[in-house]
Amino acid sequence: MYTQSFSVPDNAGQKNVAAVPSTENPELMAAFDARIDADGRIEPQDWMPDAYRKTLVRQISQHAHSEIVGMLPEGNWISRAPSLKRKAILIAKVQDEGGHGLYLYSAAETLGTSRDQMLEGLHSGKAKYSSIFNYPTLNWADVGVIGWLVDGAAIMNQIPLCRCSYGPYSRAMVRVCKEESFHQRQGYEALLVMMQGTEAQRAMVQDAVNRLWWKCLAMFGPPDADSPNSAQGMRWGIKRISNDELRQKFVDATVPQAKVLGVTLPDPDLKWNEARQHYDYGQIDWQEFWNTVEGNGPCNKERLATRVKAHNDGQWVRDAALAYTRKQQQRAQKEAA
Amino acid sequence: MSAIQPSVAQDRSKQASAPVGGSAPNAVGSVGAPIEYILHLADNAVVLGQRNAEWCGHGPILEEDIAMGNVSLDYIGQARLLYQLAATRMGGDATEDKLAYFRDETQFRNYTLLELPHNGPLVGYAVSDRDYATTVVRNFLYGALMVLVWDALEKSPDADLAAIAAKSLKEARYHLHHAADWLVRFGDGTDESHQRAQAAVDHLFPYTEEFWTPSVAEDAAVAAGAGVDVCSLRAAWDAIVNETLSEATLVRPQVRGYVPEGKHGRHSEHLGYLLGEMQGLARAHPGATW
Repeated sequence: MYTQSFSVPDNAGQKNVAAVPSTENPELMAAFDARIDADGRIEPQDWMPDAYRKTLVRQISQHAHSEIVGMLPEGNWISRAPSLKRKAILIAKVQDEGGHGLYLYSAAETLGTSRDQMLEGLHSGKAKYSSIFNYPTLNWADVGVIGWLVDGAAIMNQIPLCRCSYGPYSRAMVRVCKEESFHQRQGYEALLVMMQGTEAQRAMVQDAVNRLWWKCLAMFGPPDADSPNSAQGMRWGIKRISNDELRQKFVDATVPQAKVLGVTLPDPDLKWNEARQHYDYGQIDWQEFWNTVEGNGPCNKERLATRVKAHNDGQWVRDAALAYTRKQQQRAQKEAA
Repeated sequence: MSAIQPSVAQDRSKQASAPVGGSAPNAVGSVGAPIEYILHLADNAVVLGQRNAEWCGHGPILEEDIAMGNVSLDYIGQARLLYQLAATRMGGDATEDKLAYFRDETQFRNYTLLELPHNGPLVGYAVSDRDYATTVVRNFLYGALMVLVWDALEKSPDADLAAIAAKSLKEARYHLHHAADWLVRFGDGTDESHQRAQAAVDHLFPYTEEFWTPSVAEDAAVAAGAGVDVCSLRAAWDAIVNETLSEATLVRPQVRGYVPEGKHGRHSEHLGYLLGEMQGLARAHPGATW
């Protein structure tokens, strides 16, 4: 899944923080810049400026957190999936999101930050995750719409990240994108079946689209004019395409898919612009977006408290595994002595 | 966290695939297992798959969240194959989903053990938290049985059932290995994990008595030459369980009294809640295709 990470600093809410002037070694910096300019990859053992490292840790960990928190709204429907086939597909999908979280935490660990440190950031509320997961999943069609639209938006953003300048992140993205693309097709297929079904099933799909459409557009992050982190991200090759360009691509790709499906996208201003050769769309409610990013959306508290509870409840399990491993090591040492 | 690597734990594959009693290899013939017997196997799988999936997104560590999702997926996959087989043999308008979603509690033939929530002995409407020790002990006790059952059914002259058994046996060996590894870690880990594991063993062990009291369907499957005499598996099950409990420094409790009767359709108070949640949406839209 997706995070609006580069656009949303973890200290969102305290805007206009001044950039720290570079104090890096000029020769190393020049070599780094040359590698970036040549579209080369930076690997964990390579020298990199502190700000690049910090930005990547923030971006990759926010992305990982989004995957893990994103397991909750979809997991909400596993126990109630209306057929065994859909139940199996949903479990596998939620499990895939957990897997994405795992590669992403691992990719971020190559930058010298431990998973425990990153989880501490999430659990304390300091680190952000994608705000789309702070909305509730209210009917079964939400599962399909998350696949079609949320994962669809994720793919728009993540395909360019497969060429990201940081090697471990770009390689993780290649696999993540393949799985997300599969999820998107599965979600769309589930919706097609529902749209060919009963009136009640079609109503569920339309209701889910009505609730999630605008949140998906906001997922791409603030307009380019209000996105101060983007320029540096572009320079470093960790952001390739601007928020507004990605959003436009998403709208243009989705409108024909909605027509085939037979659902209405809830925007009276959505229409083809012949001159621009793109669809025009209405105003996104950015106040609502920032409210949710800052922790005041409908499910922020539930999502975070649930992650914290799972982590705290699991402490004795992790402690047991470590204690057992230590005992085994001590026994092996005694035997060897 | 890096020390928590289930894959580096000692190999238990030997005991998980130990030779067992039960039917000898047979040539593939036309013998068919009774539908009620197939439903017993299918209901076991769907109910435990449903329970284990409750951990999805709430696991004690990310790797384990993913592993338990896998176990659950295996069970749902087994349930689908078994319900499909039963539906084919029933004919008419039977389908896997009609069997899973439109049969009532008293028609379910799963072991009572599998429907219990992930906590200690509490009534179904008591609010309580999930306990991973309960999950692990249940998966261990049932996994130890199923490696033996599938190993025997793999040789069943019912070719369709034998094929499902061959696939399920591979999965059951992993499930047993996974659960046994964690049980040993818990038993021989910290004071708290030992205490939790012992409490879960004490709570769940009496439910395993149901394994050894054959139902009419199990007897009919044996009589038809397609099933497995569960009582013949007991010594092998005891060996697996005793060896692992001993390694885990846990005590096997004395069991006496009530023998659960889930496979006869008489369940605990918990199955109604589980099925209410699982079947609700499907039943609200009878006839809909998903």
